[in-house]
Amino acid sequence: MPLAGLNAVMFAAAPFIIARADYEATMGLVQKIFYYHMPSASMFLLSAVICGIASARFLFGGSPRQDRLAHAAAELAVLFGAITLVTGPLWARKAWGVWWAWDVRLTSSLMGWMVAWAYLLVRKYGGPGSDKLAAGLALFGMANVPFVYISVNYWRTIHPKTSVVPTLPADMGTALWFSFVCFLLLFILLLRLRVHLEEQRARLDALYLALDE
Amino acid sequence: MVKRTETRRGAVLSVLLAVFIGISVSAQQPQPQPQPQPAPPAATDEFVPISQLPPQDQLPAAPLLISAYAFVWVALFGYLLSVGRRLTKVQGEVQRLESDIAKGTRT
Repeated sequence: MPLAGLNAVMFAAAPFIIARADYEATMGLVQKIFYYHMPSASMFLLSAVICGIASARFLFGGSPRQDRLAHAAAELAVLFGAITLVTGPLWARKAWGVWWAWDVRLTSSLMGWMVAWAYLLVRKYGGPGSDKLAAGLALFGMANVPFVYISVNYWRTIHPKTSVVPTLPADMGTALWFSFVCFLLLFILLLRLRVHLEEQRARLDALYLALDE
Repeated sequence: MVKRTETRRGAVLSVLLAVFIGISVSAQQPQPQPQPQPAPPAATDEFVPISQLPPQDQLPAAPLLISAYAFVWVALFGYLLSVGRRLTKVQGEVQRLESDIAKGTRT
């Protein structure tokens, strides 16, 4: 609970820190979308990695706890992926003159987001055995993550390279990393909450089984 | 006969004179100047900073920025509410079942 309060305060302060950061010379005001876009994209990729690792451990170890973690992470991948895929085009419309470009970074991100959706849909409608089928999907989602990250360095596309972030001026870097910590803390809190929901569902299933016996 | 010929010559001269004067006057009137046509825009085959674009090509940044931030806040709040609602429902059902088991009955 104290962490949730701290996170709320940080999110309330973030717009003021972002507003104080310098304007980017060529893009101006719209570049400030970056301070929410990049952290949410990072959380999107982190969710896909956690979902993939937990799914692998579930597939090869059979631990239901890992399955619950994977399920929770997949839902967060959909959430943060949606934020990334909406804030990106809003920025691109002004900076690039188009809402969307089928370049490698954008297309692979969309693919990763669709894999996360597929995971949730398989879990919901797949019937018995869908947990293992979904776990297999999560491995593909995780394999896509390094491709999303490094693609901009190998294919010269309209999307900026990964080398942009380390070269940011101190003023912009402070705002970015503050936002990043905000999103990371929120991600941890949401993941814990979502895993707790899965645990409660598992407990409910166990109670129904106990009553039936 | 001679008088008629002189009359006709005078009429012809008058017409010629009128035509000449008309041409002279119209030549002295200022002609409307052709409007200068705007130069066609140069083809942009290289990067142009937003600040250097002509005003009609510039999009206002504020609505895009506000939309992006609003979407983030709405999505996060919506998700938080959704998880909270689901959790409350499941926990309520768990408590109900646990009390039923404790009583030895099932409703």
